[in-house]
Amino acid sequence: MSAVLFEARRLHKRFGDHVVLEEINLAFPEGRLSGIIGPNGAGKTTCFNVLTGRYRPDRGQVLLDGEDITGLPPRRIARKGVSRSFQLMNVFDQFSALDNALLALPALRDRGFDMVHDVRRDGEAQDRAAAVLARVGLGGKEATIAKSLSYGDRRALEIGIALAAEPRILFLDEPTSGLGTEATARLGDLVRELRRHLTIVVIEHDMEFLFGVADAISVIHWGQVIAQGTPEALRENEWVRASNLGRLAS
Amino acid sequence: MNARGFQGPPLGGIVTPSMLVAFLVFGTLPFWISQVGLYPYLGIEVLIWCIFALGFNVLLGYTGLPSFGHGAFFGIGAYAMGLAQFELMPDLWLGLGCATLAGAAFGAVVALFLSHRRGIYFALMTIAFSQMFFFVASKWTSVTNGEDGLLNIERLPADFGFAAVPLRGNTAFYYLCFAGFVLVVIGLWRLIHSPFGKVLQAIKQNEMRTSFLGYNVYLFKWASFTLSCAIAGFAGGLFAMAQSGAFVQIMSLQWSGIVVLMTLIGGGFVSFWGPVIGTVFFFVLRDLLGAYTEAWLLWYGLVFMLIVMFKPEGIAGMWQDAVRRLRGRKPVRGTGPLAALWR
Repeated sequence: MSAVLFEARRLHKRFGDHVVLEEINLAFPEGRLSGIIGPNGAGKTTCFNVLTGRYRPDRGQVLLDGEDITGLPPRRIARKGVSRSFQLMNVFDQFSALDNALLALPALRDRGFDMVHDVRRDGEAQDRAAAVLARVGLGGKEATIAKSLSYGDRRALEIGIALAAEPRILFLDEPTSGLGTEATARLGDLVRELRRHLTIVVIEHDMEFLFGVADAISVIHWGQVIAQGTPEALRENEWVRASNLGRLAS
Repeated sequence: MNARGFQGPPLGGIVTPSMLVAFLVFGTLPFWISQVGLYPYLGIEVLIWCIFALGFNVLLGYTGLPSFGHGAFFGIGAYAMGLAQFELMPDLWLGLGCATLAGAAFGAVVALFLSHRRGIYFALMTIAFSQMFFFVASKWTSVTNGEDGLLNIERLPADFGFAAVPLRGNTAFYYLCFAGFVLVVIGLWRLIHSPFGKVLQAIKQNEMRTSFLGYNVYLFKWASFTLSCAIAGFAGGLFAMAQSGAFVQIMSLQWSGIVVLMTLIGGGFVSFWGPVIGTVFFFVLRDLLGAYTEAWLLWYGLVFMLIVMFKPEGIAGMWQDAVRRLRGRKPVRGTGPLAALWR
């Protein structure tokens, strides 16, 4: 059993009178791919937003490798090695694909206040960014402006940016959203390749995709974790079988 | 060009071909400006406002932060130049240093209140602060001499230790402004291609994603505003010497608005040279139209409206489209409400 790298303990989040997350307990072991599923409006993305610092939880703790990171701003959580992609496309549209990846590199981030040296002359950083793009299938498209990329390529770039940050743990928010069958299959190959070196957490609507790549899955419904286990165990879970999720997973 | 198709900066990364053209045009301007029916002092005004607009565009064009009160920092620089001459020591470098530092210092304080804001709230707060500065400058007569302004600010000689160059004449003073322009152009060109510049451009495009990559966007916005104000202060210091005085009118909203118009009409959103093009366009139009009608600002306003509606990328955008057409590539279309009429 791998050690737990990232943990949420008794997380609680409400917006006004609406309770979105209630007593959420999650543990993501190092080197494993964990999935989160649930119907629309279940609180999955809010959960991601709380875990990655976009929202501060009302109660509960978020731990990275035992360190309490609850309520830290996103930039500080990112600097500790937590990287994420977004459900809605969130790339830098006017930058080239290479510049998108370049900006995410910790090496560039660490000298963000360098006002003198030309990033176009930093061969090492450019090579590293180009390698990330090649890894997500964007080799040869380095110079293409992000907004000119196809939808599937922009999804890949979204993951490429998150990867370029050289994270310890990678959160992917609905990475297959809007992708066709072929592109989803390619993404599946990429995620399987990444899971060999990275701890990954994926929110996903595509049950076939998630059950095919995840080591463990948590089901969130009405802001609560209602079931957890391996894909095989979850297929047998009574609640999951009774729900629409069970039909999709089987 | 490297293997990935990116153009590296030529000439050792210090001076680019476009800079050489600009430096050649402005560097020879005193020799030909009279031949085209204009006058040497116009060149001084153009260069000072180019410096101001280039600094302003770091904020507007590269960081995406609309300041409608930047004239305040231009004015602060002008007053600082006068006060340094009268209260400290009559020295050109000290005066310019004080003007730059005053712009930066006041900008840094204002930026503390602004850096957590964006969009309309950011813009409104810049207007509020500029009005405060305008009010203080017009009422604090013991320091600013109120509505009359600080008079008799001298064009001090440029003392290099081994020699002092007098700057009283327009041509000599023009070349001081030209030296400032060259420094600002080279410095800002490097800045926008540096990691810092990349982060500013990233903030403009997607502030949230930039934050999730580990960047302190508030600190970068603060630095961008402060730097822009420092350059405004420097330009203001030169302006005080050019006009032999510092007056409260240059801190008014009207003058703050003019630098916005210059930057947008020139095409600051799409080109480093946009603010320079816009400044030249403004002054040439002022002098040409001003010879026929006192209502030249009305026509200038009309040009601005047309550009915003049909070509928000400004004159630089039109130029880029023309180049693309020549190369047989599709031009970039405007995004204004009536831009669809062109398609």
